[in-house]
Amino acid sequence: MKLRNALFAASALVSVTATAALADGHATTLTIATVNNGDMIRMQGLTDDFTEKTGHTVEWVTLEENVLRQRVTTDITTNGGAFDIMTIGMYETPIWGANDWLVPLDDLSDDYNVDDILPAMRAGLSHEGTLYAAPFYGESSMIMYRTDLMEAAGMEMPDAPTWQFIREAAAAMTDRDNEINGICLRGKAGWGEGGAFITVTANSFGARWFDEDWNAQFDQPQWAEALNFYVGMMEESGPPGYATNGFNENLSLFQQGKCGMWIDATVAASFVTNPDESTVADSVGFALAPNSEGIEKKSNWLWAWALAIPAGTQKADAAKEFIEWATSTGYIELVAENEGWANVPPGARISLYENANYKDIPFAQKTLDSILAADPTDPTVDPVPYVGIQFVAIPEFAGIATEVSQEFSAAYAGQQTVEEALEKAQAITNEAMEAAGYR
Amino acid sequence: MARAVTTQRKALNTAIAWAIGLLIFFPILWTILTSFKTEAQAIADPPVFLFFDWTLENYAVVQERSNYMRFLWNSVFIAGGSTILGIIIAVPAAWSMAFVPSKRTKDILLWMLSTKMLPAVGVLYPIYLIFIKLGILDSRLGLTVVLMLINLPIIVWMLYTYFKEIPGEILEAARMDGASLRNEILYVLTPMAIPGIASTLLLNFILAWNEAFWTLNLTAAQAAPLTAFIASYSSPEGLFFAKLSAASTMAIAPILILGWFSQKQLVRGLTFGAVK
Amino acid sequence: MATQQSRSAARLMMAPAVILLLGWMLVPLIMTLWFSFRKYLPLRGGDQGWVGLENYARFISSSSFWPAVQTTLIIVGGVLIITVAFGIVLALLLDQPMWGQGVVRILVIAPFFVMPTVSALVWKNMFMDPVNGILAHLWKFFGAEPVQWLSQESLQSIVMIVSWQWLPFATLILLTAVQSLDSEQLEAAEMDGAPFLKRFWFIILPHLSRAITIVILIQTIFLLSIFAEIFVTTGGAFGTRTLTYLIFQRVLESQNVGLGSAGGVYAIILANIVALFLMRIVGKNLDT
Repeated sequence: MKLRNALFAASALVSVTATAALADGHATTLTIATVNNGDMIRMQGLTDDFTEKTGHTVEWVTLEENVLRQRVTTDITTNGGAFDIMTIGMYETPIWGANDWLVPLDDLSDDYNVDDILPAMRAGLSHEGTLYAAPFYGESSMIMYRTDLMEAAGMEMPDAPTWQFIREAAAAMTDRDNEINGICLRGKAGWGEGGAFITVTANSFGARWFDEDWNAQFDQPQWAEALNFYVGMMEESGPPGYATNGFNENLSLFQQGKCGMWIDATVAASFVTNPDESTVADSVGFALAPNSEGIEKKSNWLWAWALAIPAGTQKADAAKEFIEWATSTGYIELVAENEGWANVPPGARISLYENANYKDIPFAQKTLDSILAADPTDPTVDPVPYVGIQFVAIPEFAGIATEVSQEFSAAYAGQQTVEEALEKAQAITNEAMEAAGYR
Repeated sequence: MARAVTTQRKALNTAIAWAIGLLIFFPILWTILTSFKTEAQAIADPPVFLFFDWTLENYAVVQERSNYMRFLWNSVFIAGGSTILGIIIAVPAAWSMAFVPSKRTKDILLWMLSTKMLPAVGVLYPIYLIFIKLGILDSRLGLTVVLMLINLPIIVWMLYTYFKEIPGEILEAARMDGASLRNEILYVLTPMAIPGIASTLLLNFILAWNEAFWTLNLTAAQAAPLTAFIASYSSPEGLFFAKLSAASTMAIAPILILGWFSQKQLVRGLTFGAVK
Repeated sequence: MATQQSRSAARLMMAPAVILLLGWMLVPLIMTLWFSFRKYLPLRGGDQGWVGLENYARFISSSSFWPAVQTTLIIVGGVLIITVAFGIVLALLLDQPMWGQGVVRILVIAPFFVMPTVSALVWKNMFMDPVNGILAHLWKFFGAEPVQWLSQESLQSIVMIVSWQWLPFATLILLTAVQSLDSEQLEAAEMDGAPFLKRFWFIILPHLSRAITIVILIQTIFLLSIFAEIFVTTGGAFGTRTLTYLIFQRVLESQNVGLGSAGGVYAIILANIVALFLMRIVGKNLDT
C-alpha cells in the first residue's frame, strides 16, 4: 500500500502549510506588482536597503508587461486588494485617478521634494492637478544610430533629422549580405508596442486618431502617407520579420550590431551603450526623433513607469514610504553607487539632469531634450479632443489600438495592403467608439 | 506479442524510431543545452551544440532574481492538492457509475465533460469577484479547489473506465462473503484499480501543473506557482535566450522527471477505456 | 443486479461530484448570462444597467466574429488531423521491436509535460525567430531565405506548436490500443499475403477507432480553449484570433465585460455544436 502512505503524507503536508499560511500575520509586508524591465529588476535587488531603513518587507510580483496590465486592471476594477503598490503607466494613471481607485499622493514628505519631478511627468501622472502615481523612470523616444556605419555610408546625422533623411540614410547603411539592416523599428501588434510607434509616426506626418467629434481619421490621406512611408522604408532597409518585432526584439538586434538606426525609448540608451550587453557599445550616437519635411511635430512620445497605491489596500502608509524611497533622489544615488551613473532610472527628476556626474553620460542631454519636446496636451498638427501622444487617454483606447495595430501588423507582414488595413482600422475604431457612446 | 523479426528489421525500426524520437524531443533538449550557454553563445550563428563553455551563470541569475523554491512549492501544493482532492471526490462517483449504471450514466458523464467547454476568460470577472468575497484571492486553497473542479470530469471519466474493467463477479463474491459497501470499495476495488488510479493521478497532476490561466490570474505573491514564475521571464530587456532557457528548464524539470519515472504507468494506464 | 438499496447508495456517492460540478458550471454560467444582457464597463463606472440583446447583436455583427470562428475551427481541425495521423504512425512504430524502446517512448511523450506557456516561448523565440531562431539558421545553412513563421505562416505555426504539445497524448492512447491488437489475426493476414495497407485498413484501423474517438473528444475539449499559445506568440495578430482570444480582447483589453460575456455565450454554443457533431460522428464508438 505504498500509494496509501503517499496519500497520507500528502494530506499531512496540506494541513501543515495551511497552518503556516495562517501563522504569518503582523509584520507589514508590501505586495508590489511590477514589470520585468531592467530598472525594476535592479530595484528588486536593492530592496534590502528599504527594509533596513523602515522595517517593512517587500514581496515582488514581477510580470511581463502584457500580463501585468491584465492582472492589475482586473484587480483595480474589482477592488480586489491583491496588491499594495502597482506599477502603471501614463495611460492608466489619469483614468484610474479619475475613478478614485488610487490613493492621491498629495501628502508626500518635504524631503521627497515633489517639485523636483519633471513637469511633463508630473502632469501626465496627475488628474485635475492631483498626483496619483510617482514616476520611477520617464522616457521619450529618440534615434539611436551607429556612428561607424553612418561614417562608412558617408553621411552625417543632424541633431534633428527628417524622416526623408532617415530613409535615405537607412538605405545607405543597409547591407543585407552581412545582416545589417539600416533601420529597426517596432512593428509588433499591441497598443503599447507597434501601436505606440505608428501613432507617433503618424503625428509627425500630420495625422491624428480622432477629429474633434471623435470620428476616426484613418480615412485621411496623412495616415496613408505615414503608413506607406513606414512600410516602404522597412521593406528597403528593415530586418526580416519586422512585423513581430517589439522593443525587446529590436534591442537584441541593435545590441548584436544588426541595426544601423533604431528609433525607440530613451531608456534603451543605457542598454545599447553598456559594454557588458552590447557589442556596439562604443559606437552609438543619438539624435532627436524625426519629423516629416514641412511639418513641425516630431515623432517622439512621452511615457513614465510609475508607482501607485490602489485605494483598496490596508497598507497605504507603508506603501507611501516605499514610493518615497524608490522614486527619491536618494534611490538614484544608491543605484549610482552600486551600478554607476549610466544605470540610474532616468527621466523622472530635474535634479538628475543638473547633476555634474550625470552630465557626462553621452545620452543624458538628448534624453532630456526629447522629453522636453513632447507635449501630451498638444500632440498633433490638427486639433484633437484628447490628451496623450502615443495613446489617447480614454479607457477604450487600449482595446481599440490593439486591434488596429493588429491590422497594421498584418499589412507589414504582407497579408493585406496598407489601404485594406486602414479601412479596417477605420471600421474597428468607429464601431468601438459607437459602442462606448462617443458618437 | 513477441513476433520473430530479423535483426536487420529491428535495426531499421530502431534507427527510424530514434530519429523521430530525437526530432520530437529536440526543442526540449535545445532549451536545456541553451540554459548552460552564455547569452552570446545562445544566439551564435552557426549554432553550437555541445562544444561551448558550460556555465551555471543563468541559473544563478534566475535564482537571485526570484524565489524559485516558493514557486515550486506552490506548484507542487496546488497540483498535488487538487489531484488528491479530485480523486477523493471522484472515486465514489466513478464507482457508482461503473457498478450501478442507470440509463442516464452516459449522459451524466458527457455532461461532466461539457462543463470543461466554458471559456475561462469569459468568466474571469465573475470568478474574481467571488474569490474576493470569499477572501481566497491569492491563496493556495482557492486555487486548489478551482483546479480540482476543472479536472474533475477527466478524473471521473478515467476512473470510471478503469472500474468498468473490473469483472462484476469479484464484487458479487465479496458481497456473498458479507463485505460492506465501504469494505468492498476499500479492500476489493481499490487495490484492483491501483494502476488506474495511479495513472489518473499522474495525468491530472500534469494537467494541473501546466494550467496557466487561473493560476496566473487568481494569484499575487503568496500562491503564485511556476506558471507565474515563467511570466516574469517571457520578454525581459536585452538578450535573453539563455536566461529564458534556464527559467524554462527550471519550470519544466520537476514534471519532466516525474513523467520519465512514471512513463510505464502512463503508457499502461492512459486508456480512457479505449481498449476493450 | 442493482438493488434499490445499492441504487440509492450509488446516487449518494455520485452526489458530491455532481453537485460540485453543477455549481462550478451554473454559477459562472448564470453570471455570464446575466452580464451578457447588461452594459458592464469596469473602467466606465461598472454596471450601467440592462441593454437587452445589444451585446449579442454587437458581438456577432462585429467584423472579427466569423473570422474568429473560422480560425478556431481551423486550429482545432488542423491539430486533430496532425496528431491523430502522426499518432497512429508513431504508435505502430513504437510497438515494433527495437533497441531502447523505453527511452524512445520517453523522448516521444516528453512534450506533453511542458507548460503551454513555456513551449510557446521556446518555439517563438528560439525556433521561429526570423533572425536568431534555429530554424532561420537551418534555412540559411541550406541557402534559403528564412521563413517569417509567426507573421507570414502564422496559423500553420500555431497549429504546429500545439500539435507538438498534443502529439504525445494521442500517441500514448493509440499505443495502448495498438498493444492490445490481436497479433495472431495480424500474422494470419500476413501469411495470407495481405499487403500492409490492406492489413492496416481492415484490421488495425477498425481496432483503433475507439481510441481515435477518445483522442478526438478529449483533445477537442482542450483545443477549443487554447489561449497561452496565441497570447505569447502572435497576440491574436496575423489572423490567429480564435473565439476564445476574441472574448479575451473584449473582456480584458477593451474592458467590456457585457460584450465579452455575450461572446462567452456564443463560445458555449459553438462548443456544444462541435460536441454534438462529434457525438453524431463518433458517438457510436463510445457506447461504454
